[in-house]
Amino acid sequence: MLILTCPCCGVTGEETEFAPGGEAHLKRFGPGSTDDEFHGYLFEKVNPRGVHFERWRHANGCGKWFHAARCTVTLEVFGTYSAQTTEPPQDIKDRISAKRPGWSWREFA
Amino acid sequence: MSDAVSALEGAREDGFATVEELGLKGMITLRGGLDTPEVGAAVEAAVNLAVPGRGEVLIADGGDHAVAWMSPDELLLVMSYEEAEASLAGMRDALQDQHALVVNVSDARAVFQVSGAGCREVIAKLCPVDMSPGAFGPGQFRRTRMAQVPAAFWMPDDQTVQVVCFRSVAVYVFDLLRGASATGGEVGYFG
Amino acid sequence: MSTRLATGGRLLDRGRSTEFTFNGKRLRGHPGDTLASALLANDQMMVGRSFKYHRPRGIVASGAEEPNALVNMGEGARFEPNQRTTTTELFDGLTCASQNHWPSLEFDVGAINAAFARFLPAGFYYKMFIHPRPFWKHVYEPFIRQSAGLGKAPRDRDEDTYEHFHAFVDVLVIGGGVAGLQAARAAGQAGARVLLIEQTAHWGGRAPVDGGTVGGAPVDKFVEETVAELEAMDNVTLRRRLMGAGVYDHGYVLGYERVTDHAPDAPGPRHRLWRIRAGQVVTATGAIERPLSFSGNDVPGVMLASAVRDYAVDYGISVGDRTVIVTNNDDAYRTAIILRNLGLEVPAILDARAGGGGALADEARGLGIRIETGKGIAKVKGGKRVEGVAICAQAGEGAVLEEIACDAVAMSGGWSPVVHLWSHCGGKLNWDEAQAHFRPDTDRAPTGADGTGFVIPAGAANGELDLAAGLKDADSAGKAAAKATGHKPGRKAAPKAEEQAGNPIEPIWMMPQGAGIKLRMKSWLDFQNDVKVSDVQLAAREGFESVEHAKRYTTLGMATDQGKLSNINGLAILSDALNQPIPQTGTTTFRPPYTPISLASIAGEARDRTFQPIRRTPMHDRHEARGAYWEPVGAWRRPYCFPRDGESIDDAVQREVAATRERLGLLDASTLGKIIVKGPDAGRFLDMLYTNMMSTLKPGRCRYGLMCNENGFLMDDGVVARLDEDTFLCHTTTGGAENVHGHMEEWLQTEWWDWKVYTANITEQYAQVGVVGPNARKTLQKLTDDDISAEALTFMGWADVTLNGINARLFRISFSGELSYEVAVPASQGCALWDMLLEAGNEYGVTPYGTEALHIMRAEKGFIMIGDETDGTVIPQDLMMHWAISKKKEDYIGKRAQQRSHMTDPARWKLVGLETVDGAVLPDGAYATAEGHNANGQRNVQGRVTSTYHSPTLGRGIAMGLVLNGPDRMGEVLDFPKVDGTVMQARIVDQVFYDKDGEKQNV
Repeated sequence: MLILTCPCCGVTGEETEFAPGGEAHLKRFGPGSTDDEFHGYLFEKVNPRGVHFERWRHANGCGKWFHAARCTVTLEVFGTYSAQTTEPPQDIKDRISAKRPGWSWREFA
Repeated sequence: MSDAVSALEGAREDGFATVEELGLKGMITLRGGLDTPEVGAAVEAAVNLAVPGRGEVLIADGGDHAVAWMSPDELLLVMSYEEAEASLAGMRDALQDQHALVVNVSDARAVFQVSGAGCREVIAKLCPVDMSPGAFGPGQFRRTRMAQVPAAFWMPDDQTVQVVCFRSVAVYVFDLLRGASATGGEVGYFG
Repeated sequence: MSTRLATGGRLLDRGRSTEFTFNGKRLRGHPGDTLASALLANDQMMVGRSFKYHRPRGIVASGAEEPNALVNMGEGARFEPNQRTTTTELFDGLTCASQNHWPSLEFDVGAINAAFARFLPAGFYYKMFIHPRPFWKHVYEPFIRQSAGLGKAPRDRDEDTYEHFHAFVDVLVIGGGVAGLQAARAAGQAGARVLLIEQTAHWGGRAPVDGGTVGGAPVDKFVEETVAELEAMDNVTLRRRLMGAGVYDHGYVLGYERVTDHAPDAPGPRHRLWRIRAGQVVTATGAIERPLSFSGNDVPGVMLASAVRDYAVDYGISVGDRTVIVTNNDDAYRTAIILRNLGLEVPAILDARAGGGGALADEARGLGIRIETGKGIAKVKGGKRVEGVAICAQAGEGAVLEEIACDAVAMSGGWSPVVHLWSHCGGKLNWDEAQAHFRPDTDRAPTGADGTGFVIPAGAANGELDLAAGLKDADSAGKAAAKATGHKPGRKAAPKAEEQAGNPIEPIWMMPQGAGIKLRMKSWLDFQNDVKVSDVQLAAREGFESVEHAKRYTTLGMATDQGKLSNINGLAILSDALNQPIPQTGTTTFRPPYTPISLASIAGEARDRTFQPIRRTPMHDRHEARGAYWEPVGAWRRPYCFPRDGESIDDAVQREVAATRERLGLLDASTLGKIIVKGPDAGRFLDMLYTNMMSTLKPGRCRYGLMCNENGFLMDDGVVARLDEDTFLCHTTTGGAENVHGHMEEWLQTEWWDWKVYTANITEQYAQVGVVGPNARKTLQKLTDDDISAEALTFMGWADVTLNGINARLFRISFSGELSYEVAVPASQGCALWDMLLEAGNEYGVTPYGTEALHIMRAEKGFIMIGDETDGTVIPQDLMMHWAISKKKEDYIGKRAQQRSHMTDPARWKLVGLETVDGAVLPDGAYATAEGHNANGQRNVQGRVTSTYHSPTLGRGIAMGLVLNGPDRMGEVLDFPKVDGTVMQARIVDQVFYDKDGEKQNV
């Protein structure tokens, strides 16, 4: 069972305090988008072996959403950060690079 | 408002710690920019306290007034049940020109007190929180899960924990707390 | 015979006695005994029958690894099967009975299986029970089910209580032997928060029995002093009877505390499950001795050598008058020395090693004990009890050299570190050739949240079997754990123990080396599951080469002891059969828990009244007093109806509908979700959330809205009231409030975080009551001076009023088609409101009604219900609710999805009303069949029932359903087959059955 640190309230809690919310940094496509764009947004989620970016909610806590960078193989947590961003912050990316040189995820590396 | 009743009307049980429902409490949820002077002034006017820092609760007037940090944009103000409506009106006026939400939640909650030397153990049986004195104590405020429901708690002093939960699960939470404090269940972990 | 010696027994209180019963026999032991030692003291060597062949089985071990000595324990509400006697502390009044035999332990009919043993090899079940196919279901399975399982299942409810406890520490040390004690001390001295847990009731582990000196003093002294020192440290907690059950991700450890198992009359929970988060875990879990594989190694009286001396030293038990020792290592000599020093006979030590032992062997020889090197046991004589052994050369095929009379055999095949907890979360192992065991590879530890290792093995659990080396290893483990959690370990060196020189172990996997099939068929590997050397060899021959396959084929290690004694021996035999080195074969996976834990401890507080939270409305007790028949709706309990004395549920529902339509009904609607949405962007936000336009709603007015998810599917519905320019109150379905509130916050926090909107879930702030029926307004007007006339408060309007001094909000909305108001007051005044409405409505024959009447009335009006008409695959267009979908809005959540080709397919099933031809009620969920069959040979279908009721208003069955091209097929009759094979017919009609023009609600 994971432990995560909520960047919003600072609490380090066990997984039962949190609710997972799937892949992070999705770009929403609404009316006017092509079928391919919409299909990609709605259904084509990545599930990589290794570095992954996810959304979590501190459901039994402050109620806020946040992002987590995590390794799906070792369950190492590289860091958690604000949900109000469209890409992982540089310090998180640096931390991952130090531990998983050459990593990439979607358009980030 | 003499016909207003709390969920369990002051139920109480004595185990190795004492569990009691505290009856009606006034509670106001405030959402807004916590670092704005307007919010600070509104809070001070309502409960005579400053805006607490992250994860903190401030208590005044012997526990009659408190304000707890709920999230980066939310506070919970605690007062007597009778005060709540007037405070609410005052805060709404004070924050009229702000983007803020002030709402009475006094009736949506049940408040319990667990008191006695074993109060930390009672909570540690039910919540995935480090209740050791070095990790949690008076002045701190914690929202978490208590068994299967959301709850929040703080310690007015080192021998007392106050727990807030939703009113609809008051019976469940009371049963949890009295089960966890039943005589013979002392763990003896926190010294 | 096994008996209690006149003196000795370091764990016993010999001044007092304890009474217990075994198979109805009254027996005596002492406080401090385990059930196993007390049985041995009463010469009860045989304690059960084996699983498959029903062979007599005795106690083999003295701890958690015991495979045989399991009993049914307790009676009635405290009955529990498969209790391990070696880990059960004796208490006064204990009752137990042996398992897996009929009619009695001494004479067991099932023992006939042993005679057919050669026809029941590994895989027998798979080969035998496959043909003819129907036999499995009707003959084989019922038979196997009856004979399966060791103990009996409990019949009564468990009357004990159980609980959880959350503990957070820097360093958790598992195991209270000398290694654990030293590791805890080293970590504690560095200032770390330490929890040291020990599964038994005693500190020191094996050391007090095995002896040795630390710092020149006996090891007992070291244990005593270290415990005292640790107890005096504020940052260290010591707990006994608390087993490390499992190690999981991110330093999560489950500990199983047997709080009152040893004192069942004491108050408090029986078991406590510790949910521990540790920065570092030190596994000081010791090692387990392995049996040797010789013919008859399962005869009662054959025991692990370490267990024989445990019983002698700890409990003052002589397992036999004459004990033969058989070994491949030096350690077993300790047993011989201890027995001889107690004045017992040791006719011979059979050391399979040609070179024999070291210093301990010299000591034994000095005591005059006969030592035979290069020898082993060809065969154990005796059935229900050892009578003697036939000895042979280890290097041969088992030719008997001599027979020695004896009544006990102490065997040692070497020691395996307890690596279970190390391995649970991914710690890897190395094969140590010199010591012939797997030990932790500390370079490949389980990793935690920060990516570094969080488990450190210590002492014997790390393969350091020698006292001196073990203490040193544990000291550095404790220091390393402290350092890893941010503490500075001291420089104080580990206490020095005297080193003991000896001769190395020689792996002996089969005794004798060239044992023929007859011997191998009587050489047990897994005592509990009856797996022999010959079975594993057969599995290898039949191609089960992977250790995981061989395990499942033979059931080796699959019993409740999880193969603590058998695994290494078994995989050594498998490796030998496959002609490959042991590391290449590898081990099976170690899975938690280390030994079985009670299911009730896992449930903890989640039983009886606190099994799950039940949400109660403020008026719950009022409904209970009225005799409500309850219905769970999400976590809420709502009255389904209120039956009167002698009234059936159906009759009550019909009465409630009629009374409401004709006079006045009251509904507790407090469970409806209520969410405040406020801010300059609130209108814009709600336009995105709902399919229709909410921003144009006027303050003081209400509007019904549909909410979809991004997939386009309906997720919730409800009435939105605009409270003021910036503030909306959104009602949700019962049980939908948390979900909808979460949905709102998700979009606000993760997509439109620049929009100025705040939300608050105030569902529980209000008690809400539906006042419904032709007399609704008259009733309410009696309670208020405010003007609530048809003109002042029009349909779909709301107003704040005062009802007999209570501040209330009145919503004039209707889900029944009648003149109807929903009244919201603060929850604390819910009962006052309810009582007031009952009194005011009395003259109109007021009738409280439940959810079923609500459902029927809404169905009569053709209103949809989320969860009935929707199932997560239905879009508003399917329900013909185009009127609730704004065409002006560029976007709303779900709009783009509803434009996908499948969503716009005209062949999607559409909502219609269904009226049975004969007036009966359609079964819920029934399908309308169409011509032909699909590829699976099933009837084609063209629609299904979503809601179906008997309408008291119309006096007939009514239903709604989704039907292919339904709205274009009015009047057509469809077939609905029932599960009994008969067919019901229903006509497609308009879904609004009652008051089509809405005149009744608009008065």
